Amino acid sequence: MRSPLADKVVEIKPSGIRKFFDIVSEMDDVISLSVGEPDFDTPWHIRDEGIYSLEKGRTFYTSNAGLKELKEEICHYMKRKQGLEYDPKDEVFLTVGGSEGIDAAMRAMLNPGEEVLIPQPSFVSYEPCAILAGGVPVIIELKAENEFRLTAKELEDAITEKTKLLVLPFPNNPTGAILERKDLEEIAEVIIKHDIFVMSDEIYAELTYKDKHVSIAEIPGMQERTILINGFSKAYAMTGWRLGYACGPKEIIAQMLKIHQFAIMCAPTTSQYAAVEALRNGDEDVAEMREAYNQRRRYLMSAFKEMGLECFEPFGAFYVFPCIKEFGLTSDEFATRFLKEEKVAIVPGTAFGDCGEGFLRISYASSLENLKIAMGRLAEFIERLRKG
Amino acid sequence: MREKLLSMIEKNSRIDVKELAVLMGEEEIDIVNELAALESEGIICGYHTLIDWEKTSIEKVSALIEVRVTPQRGQGFDNIAERIYKYPEVNSVYLISGGYDLLVTLEGKSLKEVSAFVSDKLSTLDTVLSTATHFILKKYKDHGTILMKKHEDTREKVTP
Repeated sequence: MRSPLADKVVEIKPSGIRKFFDIVSEMDDVISLSVGEPDFDTPWHIRDEGIYSLEKGRTFYTSNAGLKELKEEICHYMKRKQGLEYDPKDEVFLTVGGSEGIDAAMRAMLNPGEEVLIPQPSFVSYEPCAILAGGVPVIIELKAENEFRLTAKELEDAITEKTKLLVLPFPNNPTGAILERKDLEEIAEVIIKHDIFVMSDEIYAELTYKDKHVSIAEIPGMQERTILINGFSKAYAMTGWRLGYACGPKEIIAQMLKIHQFAIMCAPTTSQYAAVEALRNGDEDVAEMREAYNQRRRYLMSAFKEMGLECFEPFGAFYVFPCIKEFGLTSDEFATRFLKEEKVAIVPGTAFGDCGEGFLRISYASSLENLKIAMGRLAEFIERLRKG
Repeated sequence: MREKLLSMIEKNSRIDVKELAVLMGEEEIDIVNELAALESEGIICGYHTLIDWEKTSIEKVSALIEVRVTPQRGQGFDNIAERIYKYPEVNSVYLISGGYDLLVTLEGKSLKEVSAFVSDKLSTLDTVLSTATHFILKKYKDHGTILMKKHEDTREKVTP
């Protein structure tokens, strides 16, 4: 029998996080700091709207692009938060999580052989999505000495005649890095000069701990070449609702919507009704959760300082990315031993790209009590390693 | 900093100054000074502990009592409220809008003890017109804390 499979798919490496998951799920009583989603429940008033929509029998498809009132709320939100104007009619649509937006953007924008620049360490989906879309992923290795920011120089050096699209994953999972206005202005100059486009994954936009998040689309000349991906998962603790959105120029949105229409139909209806409530009345919840994350972030930075563990101060998302090069172990060895000896799960930096070697992703989407226990164990563990 | 500090110790009054400083990104000395100021201004009135007595072997009965009173000239409700809050068994006294005037909560060792307080002490006060006593059967949530069950983390243990 001939192979039933498509080579392109078979050749894609399975997610590096998978192997780790298998070990962790076999163990009991593990404190897991390897979770990429909020530990908060969706705020009750948002859940309540979802329940209410079910009670009212709103159990049908919405239009392909999503509920009109939700698209309008998203546009208000974009205006109020980032000062960006989008037309709810044809410049925004609802996706099944941010992930669908990433996939649809790549498929709508890439011709075979065109290159996609992907800064790493970063979320695991960009590279496979680029390949599945027929593009050629080109990795830009971000550096700890730049606090894992993308610099204009790094971008310029990676651009070739075939470059079509830059993925901009900030605030960043797994490093917690952010880009500030000045960084974005420098990058934008290079983008415009080389006439390339940007897919900006801003799913963590609400979770920044310095100044307010700045979108690359705010930089003059950039909105018309940016697809902005966002969603409800991180800001409103709504991961399981699977709801995100894409905003951008109507020419690109129209093509993405075509893919969405044929592959998905529409985003979940219940989630869309709940999301309207989230955008209308959820600002305080977001602020409260942001404050809780920020406290944990400060706690971790202080704990690292006490145990002498090197880590740049991250100002976004809910991850810290400490460096473990001093111990002479690979990220994988460190994480595996730490898990087995101390029963704390953290993800090796290499799960997010080869240049994550020597680093670990610690998620602080976990209670302060858990973080304290885990840091106690980490301090003991590295003490042992240092003694040899 | 004042509001944030208050909201933090409102949830956990045992948190120490060093930890407060770390979590809030402030200097320890500033926290110490602010706490002292809040105490002397009477904004922080005490550091209590939330106890679920149900889970202990100690018997306690809690009651809410609605009290209708005759306000006094020049004093309004303050005098009568004072008469009531001076009893050590009384936990709280609130002036309430609506169908009655004062809401009194108290704790006693038994139903009998609470009833005795109401019939002997409270209802016999001159200005008290009537009382209605409600005994608390079960506490589900108190001071913003759910007493019934622990929050369980049902997330997948590793996700990207």
